[in-house]
Amino acid sequence: MTSLFRTGLPAFVMVAGLGFLALLPVLAEWVDNIFLIDLFMRLMILSIAAVGLNLILGYGGMVSFGHAAYLVIGAYAVGIPAYYDIYDGFLQFAIAIVASAAVALVTGAIALRTKGVYFIMITMAFAQMVYFTFVSIEEYGADDGLTINMRSEFAGLLDIEDNFTLYYFVLVSLIAVLGLVYRIVHSRFGMVISGAKGNERRMQAIGFPTYRYRLVCYVISGAICGYAGALLGNFTNFITPEMGDWVHSGELIFMVVLGGAGSLFGPVLGTAVFILLEEYLSRLTQYWHFPFGAMLILVVIFTRGGINGMFRWLGMKSGIGGRS
Amino acid sequence: MSGAFLEVRNLYKSYGGIAATDHVDLDVRQSELHAIIGPNGAGKTTLISQLSGEIDPDGGTIRFDGRDMTRTPAYKRSLLGLARSFQITSLMLDMTVLENVALAVQAHAGHSFRFWQAARKDPALTEPAMAALEAVGLQDRANDIAQAMSHGEHRQLEIAMALATNPVLLLLDEPMAGMGVEESQRMVEILRSLKGEKTMLLIEHDMDAVFALADRISVLVYGRVIATGTPEEIRGDEAVRRAYLGDEVA
Repeated sequence: MTSLFRTGLPAFVMVAGLGFLALLPVLAEWVDNIFLIDLFMRLMILSIAAVGLNLILGYGGMVSFGHAAYLVIGAYAVGIPAYYDIYDGFLQFAIAIVASAAVALVTGAIALRTKGVYFIMITMAFAQMVYFTFVSIEEYGADDGLTINMRSEFAGLLDIEDNFTLYYFVLVSLIAVLGLVYRIVHSRFGMVISGAKGNERRMQAIGFPTYRYRLVCYVISGAICGYAGALLGNFTNFITPEMGDWVHSGELIFMVVLGGAGSLFGPVLGTAVFILLEEYLSRLTQYWHFPFGAMLILVVIFTRGGINGMFRWLGMKSGIGGRS
Repeated sequence: MSGAFLEVRNLYKSYGGIAATDHVDLDVRQSELHAIIGPNGAGKTTLISQLSGEIDPDGGTIRFDGRDMTRTPAYKRSLLGLARSFQITSLMLDMTVLENVALAVQAHAGHSFRFWQAARKDPALTEPAMAALEAVGLQDRANDIAQAMSHGEHRQLEIAMALATNPVLLLLDEPMAGMGVEESQRMVEILRSLKGEKTMLLIEHDMDAVFALADRISVLVYGRVIATGTPEEIRGDEAVRRAYLGDEVA
């Protein structure tokens, strides 16, 4: 069963998790708490971004500290056309993906010439450039942000103005992105990416121009986050450049590491824990940052491999599918 | 032109004024096993790294099969049929033995911008990889994580990866380094089985192995080639004796 998905997570946990997400809107109605739908929608959108980041961070060993920039680019790819009363979702999402990919191509081409902490710094610097670019454009609200009056329209095929429909649109997107990343990391391309993470010098010696492969991987990762950004713009109806601040890039890294970098479902798990903790701790006390930080540190220290690793540690060996 | 398979002329590389490779001339003929010996710090690894394209020389030329490739990047040299093994074991330690070798096969099976089909079960990759593992006797360890293997097995895996690229010239950087007697013996057998089939340039400290295997030997001292010849000629060479062999191989 699990050899089907080499995720590192017991299969029933994944299936139960996705089943839960699928049933959540019904549950939310039942307990009469519509707010849950919003909470889990945000959780899933950020999960998509985290899964995208994990492609380079977890599988490729490239720690980008600037991936929130692609969320902003994706969000403005919805917001700016909407500002001109263009609501065609196919166009908006295409812009989101193409623009993110283009920015990732240019910045990645430069950043990937560096390694380690320099790579982290340079990706962060580029992300701040994107952030300040949007801050400086008065026409689109600068740092006050931009209100999106209407969500994307898909030629009458799909009406995401309805929250339930948007919810399932996001859920299907999450599953599709997970499937895409799964195929990529197990393909020949994915083997090159994880080989270059393990030993780039050797990969070159056996004949791989590793730089090109890593760059393409970086572009795919940016495009996935851009797609998540387009969903986020639709979800919030109000976008600001602040979404791309480096703090949020750091949070994305945290979600990936918390869940288990380099595992398929790890980023989803990490995002879930991050968002839910943030949500419920902040209700208990206004000083919620302190216990929040402490819990995150404990998870990272005591579970190498994130929450995903914790399952393994707890001896849930049945169905653990191995390393990838 | 001498028509040598690998032809190195006047190769020069210095680090902070110290010549690590000091105007080296070297000819490796087709199908021979050519050994390079020399004391520690003679510049052997620096030389092989220039041949494999990881270090750019400061001057001189490297011709391989009639083609100038002094400035050709490492991955292209690999695609042209030149493979190296590393002195310090250099593997993808978190992958399985088979995956390591399959990657080497994959590198030479066209581009890898293939995003959809699963690679691990692709017989076009796994079958040649298994063949390379059999050539070095590691077929039973195929599904073990590379990290879990012994030093000697890592060295064998190094050779298997170099072989899997189907090279015409093998650059072997101290394949016996750090091996026990039995493991060394096994490596000698592996290299002997490849003799005649592949052209090999072997850097090695193990003199028994070198003299047992080599068709010709070059002696490198302080970045210079001080002698080249058959094992017998090298054994009898006074300068070599003084510089390197001492009385050990009397």
